[in-house]
Amino acid sequence: MAEISSGDSGHATSVVWWRDERKRGMLAQLVAGLAVVGAAYFLANNMITNQARLGVPLSLSFLTDPAGFQLSFATISVTIESPIWRILLVGALNTLVASIIAAIIATVVGLVVGIMRLSTNWLVARIAEVYIEAIRNVPLLLQLVFWYGGVLVALPKPKDSLSLWDIVFLNVKGLSTPRPILGSDFWFVAATFVVGVACAIWIRRWAKRRQQQTGAQFPSVSIGLGLIIALPLLVNFILGNPVTWELPQQGTFRFTGGLSFQPEVVALIIGLSLNSAAFIAEIVRGGIISVSHGQTEAAYALGLRPAKNLRLVIIPQALRVMVPPMISQYLNVVKNSTLAGFIGYPDLFSVISTSQNQTGRAVECVTMLMLFYLTVSLSISSVMNWYNKRVALIER
Amino acid sequence: MSDIPMSTMEPGTRPSLPPPVTETGIIGWMRHNLFATWFDALLTVLAMVLVYLIVPPFVNWTIVAATWVFPPDVITGTRTAQFSDCSANAGACWIFVRARLPQFFYGFYPADERWRVDIVLIMLAVSIYGLLSERVKNKKVVGWFFFAAFPILAFWLLLGGLGLQPVPTRLWGGFMLTVVISSVGIVFSLPLGILLALGRRSRLPVVHMICVIFIEFARGVPLISILFMANVLLPLFLPQGVSLDILLRILIGVTLFAAAYMAEVVRGGLQALPKGQYEGAMALGLGYWQVTRFIIMPQALRIAIPGIVNNFISLTQDTTLVAIVGLYDFLNIVRAGSRDSKWIGTEMEGYVFCALIYFICCFAMSRYSMYLERKLHTGHKKR
Repeated sequence: MAEISSGDSGHATSVVWWRDERKRGMLAQLVAGLAVVGAAYFLANNMITNQARLGVPLSLSFLTDPAGFQLSFATISVTIESPIWRILLVGALNTLVASIIAAIIATVVGLVVGIMRLSTNWLVARIAEVYIEAIRNVPLLLQLVFWYGGVLVALPKPKDSLSLWDIVFLNVKGLSTPRPILGSDFWFVAATFVVGVACAIWIRRWAKRRQQQTGAQFPSVSIGLGLIIALPLLVNFILGNPVTWELPQQGTFRFTGGLSFQPEVVALIIGLSLNSAAFIAEIVRGGIISVSHGQTEAAYALGLRPAKNLRLVIIPQALRVMVPPMISQYLNVVKNSTLAGFIGYPDLFSVISTSQNQTGRAVECVTMLMLFYLTVSLSISSVMNWYNKRVALIER
Repeated sequence: MSDIPMSTMEPGTRPSLPPPVTETGIIGWMRHNLFATWFDALLTVLAMVLVYLIVPPFVNWTIVAATWVFPPDVITGTRTAQFSDCSANAGACWIFVRARLPQFFYGFYPADERWRVDIVLIMLAVSIYGLLSERVKNKKVVGWFFFAAFPILAFWLLLGGLGLQPVPTRLWGGFMLTVVISSVGIVFSLPLGILLALGRRSRLPVVHMICVIFIEFARGVPLISILFMANVLLPLFLPQGVSLDILLRILIGVTLFAAAYMAEVVRGGLQALPKGQYEGAMALGLGYWQVTRFIIMPQALRIAIPGIVNNFISLTQDTTLVAIVGLYDFLNIVRAGSRDSKWIGTEMEGYVFCALIYFICCFAMSRYSMYLERKLHTGHKKR
């Protein structure tokens, strides 16, 4: 539109200025720009006046004050005396840890449920459908408090906890799992693992090149898996088991030893991952049904078996459709993890909100909170967009 | 069939045999859908075990072993009900929900004034029916009522004043508050989202930039942080002496947040339109707003309907987050109810009841959007 009118305005000088699209556009932009700048000035001015009146000028010096509150879950050591910046760091780490674990579990569960939803087995497909609909139509907060306040408090006491082969225990006090104790020779095993991964990648590339040149196939997947899994295990065995596991010991009131996770952590991970899994399942399903059936028919006509058809024909094409919604789903996991505060898990939001309560530094706290989430969102979306560009259809 | 001798039939006239019993009816269905291969059979058995482990205990808890009726002395009014009235049974304590139902629905709204809430909700339901039903032809009247008269009427009825007893918003709560927040969010976020989407596609660089920054900012941060900002930061940004009601601040936050998501859905609809639609409209001599109003928007919104309804559903679910600023929405008031000392131990009942209500609302919305999608579909999609 602007092009047409800009051509007009060149020679038709008789046009009144308010009928000239270009001048009108300029005016609209000027008004919009001035309105935004004016509003920003008004708000900032009010804020500075109010802060001056309250006697709390903008400053980040409160970050070094002792926090004065304790966190129920921390990945690095933190005490009640720790400075606020360290507490905030713990909060940020907690958010990232919970989001990453939940995203991984959600991807696996979502993949399985999405495939179940497409199963030709009627019962299996219905179970997946009920799961997806139930999760998607109930608020996430309700799901979290359901797991935390409804299910986990109803678990048995530590002395008669649910156990899986006497290794993993679940009770009202949380989840206890074995803890690996790494011996001094462990780094050999780790090094073998890295070498195994490198070899597997190299073999895969070599096999692909050879297949393209000669057509001869090579079982690169099974050999690769063998290198990655079996080799480190073998080295581990030869070195006389440098990795030992410390099992949780059952006491009357709680478990000692092993790794223990409080109910807040368990409920958050379960709730968040089961919720996202339902959405991921729908994405997976949408991706798979977007690949036309003709592709499968053509693959069968070429003599591919169903498994190879799935791996070589369906999934690469489905991935293309799936990646953009997956990006926003992973972003949602991070954003949804802010609900953790409702069930007592100290994520960044709840930590910042407590700090704000204690110090009264509203502007600084909100700014840090927003910056953190914007940074995370922008970095996840840029990484995933880069990946999306790689798998996207390259059109002429 | 076997009683007809073969030799008496003309070639090609022999009636077909009925299909074998194993291929039709329930047996055939089961063979094809549950036990097609050994792996399928294994899956079916596993699935049946899963169903057996979950469904019978759940049905037992919710229905069979549940307490549904008040004890006699509560009915006669000599005392009020409490948790111990149903702790003898192993099932759900539904009398908790029955006893608290008015509060779950109206929050702390004064009992004598609750008829006002009823009227507003009935008007809302009737006008939504009028807007959506195919039997109501005069959509323009309904539309004007819903978008112009209804908000003012509802505002007056709920808040009071002008002859009605004023009810401050801190007394609002329960299901009614959830409906208020989500309807305000829906009604205001859609037009705002359309404007933002148009701004984002505008060729005017300043307008474009303002819209992009706003949309990306609102989509990059969690809703709860926007609510937090509306709660603790907005008072600082206002001139001294001006204070906004907490509910109003939350409504502004929710609306702006939802508008950003709405803008992206509408933008998707705008982008899906072929360029020829714009060019054709401009060739007819229509101006920008005429093209947008008569040619582009009707088509773009039609494409965007599933996404818009999905946004409505998430908005309805997101209203639960207002608990963070201390408002008692439906979920929060149910939780508060089961924390009452008379009803300790009824968390599960509260959550199941809450989940059921949210499920009914959201599931209905999603099914309606699917129906609309099919009805409005004018293309050549294979069905």
